[in-house]
Amino acid sequence: MSFINYASREINCKIVYYGPGLCGKTTNLQYVYQKTAPEAKGKMISLATETERTLFFDFLPLALGEVRGFKTRFHLYTVPGQVFYDASRKLILKGVDGVVFVADSQEERMDANMESLENLRLNLQEQGYDLDKLPYVVQYNKRDLPNIVSLEELRRELNPTGVPEFEACATTGEGVFETLKAVAKLILMDLKKGK
Amino acid sequence: MANPQMVMFEEEFSQINVVIERLLREANAKVIFLVDKNGQLISGVGETEKFDTTSLASLTAGNIAATGGLAKLIGEKEFSILFHEGEKDNLHISIVGGRVILVVLFDSRSSLGLVRLRVKKASEELSAIFERLLHKAEEKEKSGGGDFPFAEITDDDIDNLFN
Repeated sequence: MSFINYASREINCKIVYYGPGLCGKTTNLQYVYQKTAPEAKGKMISLATETERTLFFDFLPLALGEVRGFKTRFHLYTVPGQVFYDASRKLILKGVDGVVFVADSQEERMDANMESLENLRLNLQEQGYDLDKLPYVVQYNKRDLPNIVSLEELRRELNPTGVPEFEACATTGEGVFETLKAVAKLILMDLKKGK
Repeated sequence: MANPQMVMFEEEFSQINVVIERLLREANAKVIFLVDKNGQLISGVGETEKFDTTSLASLTAGNIAATGGLAKLIGEKEFSILFHEGEKDNLHISIVGGRVILVVLFDSRSSLGLVRLRVKKASEELSAIFERLLHKAEEKEKSGGGDFPFAEITDDDIDNLFN
């Protein structure tokens, strides 16, 4: 849930990047971190293993500027993608305002994508959320690799409801900000409706 | 939705700050933070400028969430107090009113016993304030929330954020 502070005139929202292991969630955040002006970002925190696999979460606070006199901050989180970290993933979804599902476009990862998406839906349900009602976008990552699945198939399997979707290559940054912007916009529009 | 919207108003904000500033003095603490369970910093007093408060808030909430998960696994509702002891500085973390996290950072000028004692008293006061806040927010929402800042937000406003 977003946190609106009338005293300090701030509004804070939480965005969670979800997806199978090694799909590029942390890379998305790293790119955003690299390309954001120092005054607009806080420290990026990665709770990772020695081999740089996310263990608990990555966290990146962004202060984007003011909307109607309110400072708007987005807190970006990633979940650990590996299947056996499910308990941690559930915790990170608490209080989420918007979700980015990062899919790995490689053929051999399609099963992992579908499993992770199903897991997202279930874990949200456990917290009392419905993915179809949350601000939600899909990113098809790793479009630069040779053995990728066609956009049509990705769409059919991973985005049947037709939410905003983006092709990306997180290592070069292609599509990264477009994805973030889209989910932020959906969140703010949701706030506008006053839930 | 899982939780009602967290909202903070001027009146309660200053009441909260009075309580935690008093706690800071009475417990001889260095810094005190209040953090929402979702990781949003609500307020902080003391030597806050020496710390990365946003990261502290996020990690504290992660910590509480993880220990809460552990608690459930062994059949407990939650662990309402956590204590981290360092060489110089210590952290006393407790849950207030089931929803907010109170973080007290202290060194050898204070003691765990003193902090626990003072936190207990302050927690009751904070609990009452947050209870009122919740009611107030609910009432405002029922009445249409008239002064909601984002009611008139436009596409352009949002686009400008990213330029």
